[in-house]
Amino acid sequence: MLHSTYDAFETLLFVPDKTNKNGVHVRDAIDMKRTMIVVVLALVPALLFGIWNTGYQHFLAQGIAAGFWDMVLHGALRVVPIIVVSYGTGLGIEFIFAQIRGHEVNEGFLVSGMLIPLILPVDLPLWMVVVATAFAVIIGKEIFGGSGMNIWNPALLARAFLFFAYPAQMSGDIVWISGFSGMEGVDAATGATALGAAVAGNSDKFSIMESFLGIIPGSIGETSTLAILLGALVLIYTGIGSWKVMTSVFAGGLLMGLVFNWLGAESSNGLMHISALQHLTLGGFAFGAVFMATDPVSASRTEAGKWIYGFLIGVFAILIRVFNPAYPEGMMLAILLMNTFAPLIDHFVVEANIKRRLKRAVVKA
Amino acid sequence: MSEVIKIKKGLDIPLAGKAEKVFGQTQLPGLFAIKPVDFHGLTPKMVVKEGEQVQIGTVLFYDKYRPELKFVSPVSGTLKAVIRGERRRILEVVLENDGKDDAVDFGTAVPAQMDREALVARLLESGAWPYFRQRPYDVIANPQETPKAIFVSGFDSAPLAPDMDFLLTGEEEAFKTGVEVLKKLAPEVHIGISSDSASKLYHSLQGVQVHTFAGPHPAGNVGVQIHHVSPINKGEKVWVIQPQEIVSVGKLFSTGKHDFSRVLALTGSEVLKPCYLRYRLGAAVSEVLKNNLAEGKLRIVSGNVLTGSNVGQDGYLGFYHSQVTVIPEGDEYEFLGWALPGFGKFSVSRTFFSWLNKKKTYKLDANMHGGERAIVVSGQYDKVLPMDILPEFLLKAVLAEDLDKMEQLGMYEVVEEDLALCEFVDTSKLEVQAILRKGMDLMIRELGA
Repeated sequence: MLHSTYDAFETLLFVPDKTNKNGVHVRDAIDMKRTMIVVVLALVPALLFGIWNTGYQHFLAQGIAAGFWDMVLHGALRVVPIIVVSYGTGLGIEFIFAQIRGHEVNEGFLVSGMLIPLILPVDLPLWMVVVATAFAVIIGKEIFGGSGMNIWNPALLARAFLFFAYPAQMSGDIVWISGFSGMEGVDAATGATALGAAVAGNSDKFSIMESFLGIIPGSIGETSTLAILLGALVLIYTGIGSWKVMTSVFAGGLLMGLVFNWLGAESSNGLMHISALQHLTLGGFAFGAVFMATDPVSASRTEAGKWIYGFLIGVFAILIRVFNPAYPEGMMLAILLMNTFAPLIDHFVVEANIKRRLKRAVVKA
Repeated sequence: MSEVIKIKKGLDIPLAGKAEKVFGQTQLPGLFAIKPVDFHGLTPKMVVKEGEQVQIGTVLFYDKYRPELKFVSPVSGTLKAVIRGERRRILEVVLENDGKDDAVDFGTAVPAQMDREALVARLLESGAWPYFRQRPYDVIANPQETPKAIFVSGFDSAPLAPDMDFLLTGEEEAFKTGVEVLKKLAPEVHIGISSDSASKLYHSLQGVQVHTFAGPHPAGNVGVQIHHVSPINKGEKVWVIQPQEIVSVGKLFSTGKHDFSRVLALTGSEVLKPCYLRYRLGAAVSEVLKNNLAEGKLRIVSGNVLTGSNVGQDGYLGFYHSQVTVIPEGDEYEFLGWALPGFGKFSVSRTFFSWLNKKKTYKLDANMHGGERAIVVSGQYDKVLPMDILPEFLLKAVLAEDLDKMEQLGMYEVVEEDLALCEFVDTSKLEVQAILRKGMDLMIRELGA
């Protein structure tokens, strides 16, 4: 009766004994589980740094001197519950759907379940994590038919849902540091993210080195560009993540940043004064470029399309960031927007291929 | 000398068990079979009944819809059994060898002096016609048509594939006679050769166009070579034939008899002494495997591991095959296999730590290494298909049965073997070749071959 569930646990413990019947007799050792677990491994540096940084920011804001392990402990106590809740909710729904459909359980959520906590502010109530995850898995994925069929990146959809449903808990200056929201008498400006501070006119609250290393307030796993780049190395070296998408996102962002630096030298918009290079280290830019934009299902599926897709994400991310006064973060919306347009990009690449083939025939005849 | 066409995309799977260039000892077995299932779209109509005598070259069956296509016996003896499968579909026509090798004599002839019609008639009569296969669709060529060209791949780049230069040693004259036949059949004859081998024989040919290819598999696939030399457009037909078959065709003219002998490469990690053998088309594989197999549950493949068929210990050599590969079956569970470092596992990705070890050859088994999933990872197919074709979109067009798109996206240019590597590397474990065949069958049904 619980065939899918049984299957899921069995294949988790054992690679099945199934052999090739038609077609090839040997196959590459890689499968979906291996692919997903590599992405999760690539997320580990960002996760570990995020745990430490949560503690670090907490004690820093309170002005309490604390040791390394105190910070890690505090961070772990705040972050681990979010991860547990995210996996619990998501996998629960996945199992139910697989059971109803009589499918095998898809591995896609192994990654989404880790991505979701890493892009949330640490002070978010756990019940919101539950609601957002459920929304992402059901509306973002299962109604389309499960992993591989979805249009948008499920993890980003969870974040977008929270952003529009509970803006107070998802933005502003007090949600980014653990324990800040409940505290009285704190100086909110201390808790502002670099982007938030820039909106307020303080565009050099943090140095580029601080934002590159990630010792700044922000979503749990997004702050350290260094840790994210470590993950990028893993993804590129193993061949799981598309280096084309990553490079083109950074290229697009850098170009747009330079344009704004040039245009906005006199502007009162503080975001225009952030150097193009620092833009890439702030907010969710690096995290989005490495882990979100590269999601193969929602990205462009043609190799030529990946360049265009990535480049436009970079451009739009900075564009939205600079011109959206309500919310100084553009990566989420940029990626969701390009997710929507990825099939269109692919369509043009495919049409070009068809035209090439037709042209060949005409020349011959 | 002509320029070298460099194939960049592709993959040489480092399988263990390459055949040594020596001839092993073997004798012909007691049983032979011709398998109608080796030919796409064939509906066989039996001519000989069970228990009747046959000679080499006696017609066993013909195609119900193209009666001129005849299939003949590779051995003299008696027809032992007609093995049928579901809905009485004929799977194997089994013949018992009497060891006498009596052969039907079709008379000698000089191809250069014959007109095309007589030549075609002779090939049809002697059962040599099925060697000519048509692209698109990989079906037996239509004798009423004249193709744009005939393409021959002068080398085989598939895993553990035999060395053609070695295979053809001693058969040079017959090969040249065979090429004369090809020149009569089509306005152009193209041969693709490897930049790695000497190919003296190929270079000595007159009146054929030689193209040199370099790079990994599938550089040796004739479909890839056609794509790079003269791609197939809608309405065009190209014929292909393999080098050993050209030798058979040549001998048919020089000796008057249809010679079914083949040099076979016996390969794979589970063969104790991988080597070459002088054997015959349709022969039971049991004889070559005698005392030469490792212990354990094995998979015997007629052909290579990408496109061959699983024939089992009692099976027969396929019509178009000159290789037998033996690998472990691998139908075992592997505890936490997806999570272990995997030092000994081969993967194109570097997700297993086997990338630490570059030069190694691998003993791959027939396990799928995972379950079938929806398509998730992108760009995997593109890396192993050296053609200007978008394989993922082509396959999706097939799944959607969208004939227009299939046509536009290059369905005329690919057959199963060209996309076999896509199936090998696929994380989602789809049956790419089976999907493609379905698409080709659909096109034949809707648009005609």
